[in-house]
Amino acid sequence: MKQLEPQSGRWANDATHGAEVPLSVHDLTVAYERKPVIWDIDLDFPADAIVGIIGPNGAGKSTLIKACLDLVPRASGEILVYGRPYARQRQRVGYVPQRESVDWDFPVSVLDVVAMGTYGRLGWLRPVNRRSRALALEALERVGMADFASRQISQLSGGQQQRTFLARALAQDADIYLMDEPFAAVDAATERAVVEVLRELRKRGRTCLVVHHDLATVAEYFDWLVMLNMRVVAAGPTADVFTNENLRKTYGGRLTLLSEAAAALRRGGPA
Amino acid sequence: MTGGESEFSEIFVRVLLLRDYNTRLVVLSTALLGIAGGVVGSFLLLRKRALMGDAIAHATFPGVVAAFMLLVLLGGDGRFLPWLLLGALAGGALGCVAVVWIRTATRIKDDAAMGIVLSVFFGGGVALFGMAQRMPGTSAAGLKSFLYGNTAAMVWGDFLLLAVSAVVVLVIALFFFKELRLLCFDEAFARAQGWPVRFLDGILLALAAGITVVGLQAVGIILIIAMLIIPAASARQWTHRFGWMLILAAALGGASGWVGSTVSALLPKAPAGAVIVLTAAAIFLVSLLAGSDRGLARRGWRARKLAQRVERQHLLRAAFELLEEQNADPRTTLVRWSDLARRRSWTAHRLRRAATRAYNDALVNKPEADGFQLSDRGWREATRVTRNHRLWELYLIERADIAPSHVDRDADTIEHVLGPDLVRELERVMARQGGGGGAPLPPSPHPLS
Repeated sequence: MKQLEPQSGRWANDATHGAEVPLSVHDLTVAYERKPVIWDIDLDFPADAIVGIIGPNGAGKSTLIKACLDLVPRASGEILVYGRPYARQRQRVGYVPQRESVDWDFPVSVLDVVAMGTYGRLGWLRPVNRRSRALALEALERVGMADFASRQISQLSGGQQQRTFLARALAQDADIYLMDEPFAAVDAATERAVVEVLRELRKRGRTCLVVHHDLATVAEYFDWLVMLNMRVVAAGPTADVFTNENLRKTYGGRLTLLSEAAAALRRGGPA
Repeated sequence: MTGGESEFSEIFVRVLLLRDYNTRLVVLSTALLGIAGGVVGSFLLLRKRALMGDAIAHATFPGVVAAFMLLVLLGGDGRFLPWLLLGALAGGALGCVAVVWIRTATRIKDDAAMGIVLSVFFGGGVALFGMAQRMPGTSAAGLKSFLYGNTAAMVWGDFLLLAVSAVVVLVIALFFFKELRLLCFDEAFARAQGWPVRFLDGILLALAAGITVVGLQAVGIILIIAMLIIPAASARQWTHRFGWMLILAAALGGASGWVGSTVSALLPKAPAGAVIVLTAAAIFLVSLLAGSDRGLARRGWRARKLAQRVERQHLLRAAFELLEEQNADPRTTLVRWSDLARRRSWTAHRLRRAATRAYNDALVNKPEADGFQLSDRGWREATRVTRNHRLWELYLIERADIAPSHVDRDADTIEHVLGPDLVRELERVMARQGGGGGAPLPPSPHPLS
């Protein structure tokens, strides 16, 4: 049960938790009904990087993200955004929930949904204005959905729904983006669009945390990786931590030889 | 007889023109109630908390009775409306708190929590009412009118109270339009952005409680939920825009109140509350059937059109493949019923019907006893459909790793939504892969059965 690996992303010394660390998680434990879902998470996420969070079903990937956003109660732990408590930095954190989390039969248009990303900046009681709509339209252009602005959301395909959620987070113009399975069951065009947006965000110095499930694309998409199975098995630059040994530790017997081999191939040879 | 008729038409005119003082109060009150109820109900409906209105309404009853008893104990008459409504508001608020508490503190779900609160509070109200009736020196019988509403007893002060409340509720709902819409659509995102979700939910419930309390006199505890849900549900049938839904719900709610109370004034012994709810229900029924966005008629029509299109394309492709197999000249060869039936396993009746439709569309010549002949137009269309279909099959085989034996069924449904752009793209893909995209018709990628 060795948790403290050299590349695990833990920092021995608190002085490094400065304002330049976009998101750091200390001592995070989340429990549902007394049963811990994730425990003792200690992570400092790097700046301008695309970070993948992988692990088997039930490993607590979504819970980690939700705990960072205060959406589930924490048994213990602290979330710092650029060195300050998250509660006072909410505007700097964008959230892309799983698309199944809402009712897509809701009577709003795509533009209405994306404009919701600007609500935080608008503040109380101020109605959605032209600037909000313009920002929303720009965000839609970035995900290739500008033509769908006036569509009702129930007419969207799964991939288009995903891109709508991504655009909503973009409209918020945050510094850190937490994305819950943005690649789950989407079409090829959406996958390309999401990757493009991620890379563009990285170029602009943003940090993206992406819950991911497809091992075959890990090496291609992510600079940095958190391998999670209730605790952090490994965390660090993808090139260092995405090894067969860590995969086995993360997935246990659930990782079939086949997917392991596929992952190894994508990495350019067996590790 | 004629005297009676003219008397009735006179009443009719008097009611319609709101000449009577009481009618005017009642019609305007219920219309206002309908407008405000429609708006608040839309939010409740989309927050999936529609039944919360019912729980609140039932929880007002013990509040009303307790307020009455308290006033009597203090030496008053007990029948002082503002005080009773204040009691109703307190009861409703307590009911809300109880539902929220059960939901958060226990593992009991929303619907059960509302069921518990609704029945327990109402039961408590009935028990209190029994006690109130035995109190000496006063009559609690009037409290019963809160159950079903009693418009006849309305006076100017009641109207004023209702009007002011309705306007206040409307203004608050519109002030918080953006926040409430966000709450209804995506609570988790709202919370992540830092919106106080509980406070917003509180506002929404307070609005619902406000509508309920001021509506007690006109519609009553049991039926007030209809003013919240039915106009909103009707409006949803006509639009998929949030703003329009609010406007429509307000209009339909207002119309229900106006028409319902007018009809109730015209008919002897028709209580306003019940007639208003029935009017709202009639509007709902019409909306359900004829609604422009999701009305049953429109949906049924669209489904029928699609089924016909699919059937026509199946018929044409079957005919094309038969002719292709026989290497026959489509202009002179008869496509036989028996061959078609073998290929499509349709009943003879369905086959004839499809052929007749195709004839109406000038795709085939007049069907004969043995079969039919494709027209020129029909042959072109059949070629196009088959080609579309095969391109799609090829695409699925090449790109989607689906075993060929499984393709036909998928293709049969998806083919019909392929647009011309995608078809051109497929042709390009096929041409690049040397799949015969340059030829007018690529061969079917799996043996034709």
